[in-house]
Amino acid sequence: MAIEVDVLKRVPVREQEPKKRATNFEEVCLGYNLEEAQAEASRCINCKNAQCVKGCPVNIDIPGFISKVKEGDLAGAYEVISKYSALPAVCGRVCPQESQCECKCIRGIKGEPISIGKLERFVADWARENGVSPKVDVEKKNKKVAVIGSGPAGLTCAGDLAKMGYDVTIFEALHEAGGVLSYGIPEFRLPKRTVVAAEVENVKKLGVKIETNVVIGKATTIDELMEEEGFDAVFVGSGAGLPKFMGIAGENANGVFSANEYLTRSNLMKAFDESYDTPIVGGKKVAVVGGGNVAMDAARTALRLGAEVHIVYRRSEEELPARVEEVHHAKEEGIIFDLLTNPKEILVDENGAVSGMKVVKMELGEPDESGRRRPVEVPGSEFVLDVDTVIMSLGTSPNPLIASTTDGLETNKWGCIIAKEENGETTKKGVYAGGDSVTGAATVILAMGAGKAAASGIDAYLSK
Amino acid sequence: MYKIVKKRTLANNIVLMDIEAPRVAKHCYPGQFVIVKMDEKGERIPLTVCDYDREQGTVTIVFQTVGASTQKMAQYEVGEAFRDFVGPLGCKSELIDEDPEVLKKKKILFVAGGVGTAPVYPQVKWMKAQGYDVDCIIGARNKDLIILEEEMKQVAKNTYVCTDDGSYGFKGNVNDQIKDLIENQGKNYDLVIAIGPVIMMKFVCILTKELNIPTVVSMNPIMVDGTGMCGACRLMVGGEVKFACVDGPEFDGHLVDFDQSMKRQQMYKTEEGRAMLKLQEGDTHKNGGCGCADK
Repeated sequence: MAIEVDVLKRVPVREQEPKKRATNFEEVCLGYNLEEAQAEASRCINCKNAQCVKGCPVNIDIPGFISKVKEGDLAGAYEVISKYSALPAVCGRVCPQESQCECKCIRGIKGEPISIGKLERFVADWARENGVSPKVDVEKKNKKVAVIGSGPAGLTCAGDLAKMGYDVTIFEALHEAGGVLSYGIPEFRLPKRTVVAAEVENVKKLGVKIETNVVIGKATTIDELMEEEGFDAVFVGSGAGLPKFMGIAGENANGVFSANEYLTRSNLMKAFDESYDTPIVGGKKVAVVGGGNVAMDAARTALRLGAEVHIVYRRSEEELPARVEEVHHAKEEGIIFDLLTNPKEILVDENGAVSGMKVVKMELGEPDESGRRRPVEVPGSEFVLDVDTVIMSLGTSPNPLIASTTDGLETNKWGCIIAKEENGETTKKGVYAGGDSVTGAATVILAMGAGKAAASGIDAYLSK
Repeated sequence: MYKIVKKRTLANNIVLMDIEAPRVAKHCYPGQFVIVKMDEKGERIPLTVCDYDREQGTVTIVFQTVGASTQKMAQYEVGEAFRDFVGPLGCKSELIDEDPEVLKKKKILFVAGGVGTAPVYPQVKWMKAQGYDVDCIIGARNKDLIILEEEMKQVAKNTYVCTDDGSYGFKGNVNDQIKDLIENQGKNYDLVIAIGPVIMMKFVCILTKELNIPTVVSMNPIMVDGTGMCGACRLMVGGEVKFACVDGPEFDGHLVDFDQSMKRQQMYKTEEGRAMLKLQEGDTHKNGGCGCADK
């Protein structure tokens, strides 16, 4: 059965039914099949001066791979993408395409832009399922580079350097590689075994070694890596892993978690799966404080563990920092949005557990320095939200461990490592940095872009 | 993988193991901890370093079988290996970087409660190696729970053993022993380092506050990553939120909110109890008794 294509409209992507998926951890989006992918690809007009490529932080030749999909040459399409990205199955799923490549698509002027992300995902999934991995054939350079952190920045930097012939070792503090892809983003958005582990495997196939359970700054230091272990350069992609709390009364009660803790328990430790030992408190009524992608992830995780879940956000829907798709999915699944609402205090019972959360209604006033309208409290509008669990999702900041144990590596007042955007160069010779450890919490693809830039920077430095 | 090269049962339910972990052994100091994850599905379990051998590349851990995970861990034998072993984590004991001139003049009393004797041992050993004499109390409920007594006697100037039930050594808890030393044996101290159950550390701190002796305690709250990422281990110290994993685990005992910490330790008790029951009952585990069906 041929798919009828309306050039102004996207070929819809199949998803798990909201009611069904709200009770499991299987992936929400099912992706295109070949026929759907080719139909969607046929909408691409292969612009000469493709704007979408400019919107991509790693400049993937988007019309190039889409035209291969059109022809049905999936291996060719994968080869095109692999030149630019080491993590296409990840990016096809979690990149904010709507504000990067897709928002620049010419098709988007009159109709809907091409589903670039879904096509990228399709190609990457096809490659994995058919055992196709990136080709490697490089001359070894006999120079060692250490990469700290195996998240999107580190994996990209390591992959690029390996392709240039460097001997690369990634040091990861946790017991699994992947960084935020493993501990942060939930299974139902980004399957760990099939997608994350497979892409990490592809990076290893390029010759990259990964040493897990090594906390740089504790088990060894950057200086030791360079002086004693013979690394010629170091890339720091240690992310932004420190959680923030509000500083309100009752925040240390049992049942109050950082989103990091909640998601780490569920994603990295797989607490949602009964056969794993790590426990997680499901909660009956859960409030997630915050409105970003991480808040949506935490809320949808709690929902799947059986809770009634409220997103408590102090501004209005328009200002929600989460991707529209995530908010849409959350609503479909039954997450309740308590907007223009701000926590004042967490109420605690005699056993030290959460018994409710006192909140206040907000209204939007004049725009603040971020350009968003500043939320102000509505006097006398306090009320108590009946919840037994509170998850704080207020953003994260970089871990100070590496900067504080490395002489000469400077940070700014937010604790972010100071590094040049164009090549990742830091204030310390031979040390490069990129991703959330430099920018503060941002996106997977921006971290990948920074990893890529740093790989070029390191290559230039070591080629001198 | 991290190989077990030695295993010794110290008491009923208390096991000592030497683990091959060269990076950790090279860099760890008394006061720091490691996280062990025995297999793919295991929990990350924080354990304070009990000893280390930089040449052999081994780290000694001691653990008590309190939950499903530690019970499984105790079944591992020499030659087998843990999947993950990460460290050293947390800050080293403040004694390590203290000015030798200051340290020389200090009269220090270590107070070890039960399995807390394990983290006290490397500190006393380190002090001995630097040439400082210290006293140490080892306390437990009864004789069977006293561990590392011989080892401690090798490194402490005076070792005092006490049991709650009087089955061995001085009859009384560690506070009774502290009072006896000060009131009846003419001892005085400038610093107490107390490590053991939270309830013990709380009461030692109440006593030492009265006696005006600065006291350091080592907290062992629930943790996940151990690197400052999750905040599960947060506690109040002097009215401020601290993360035990990166700010501690040692803190000024006179500033710690022990009551809140004790409540926080209870958080997963029911969940852990359920996991334990499931492990013991194996395939015969039925929904009902433990309430896991109501979850």
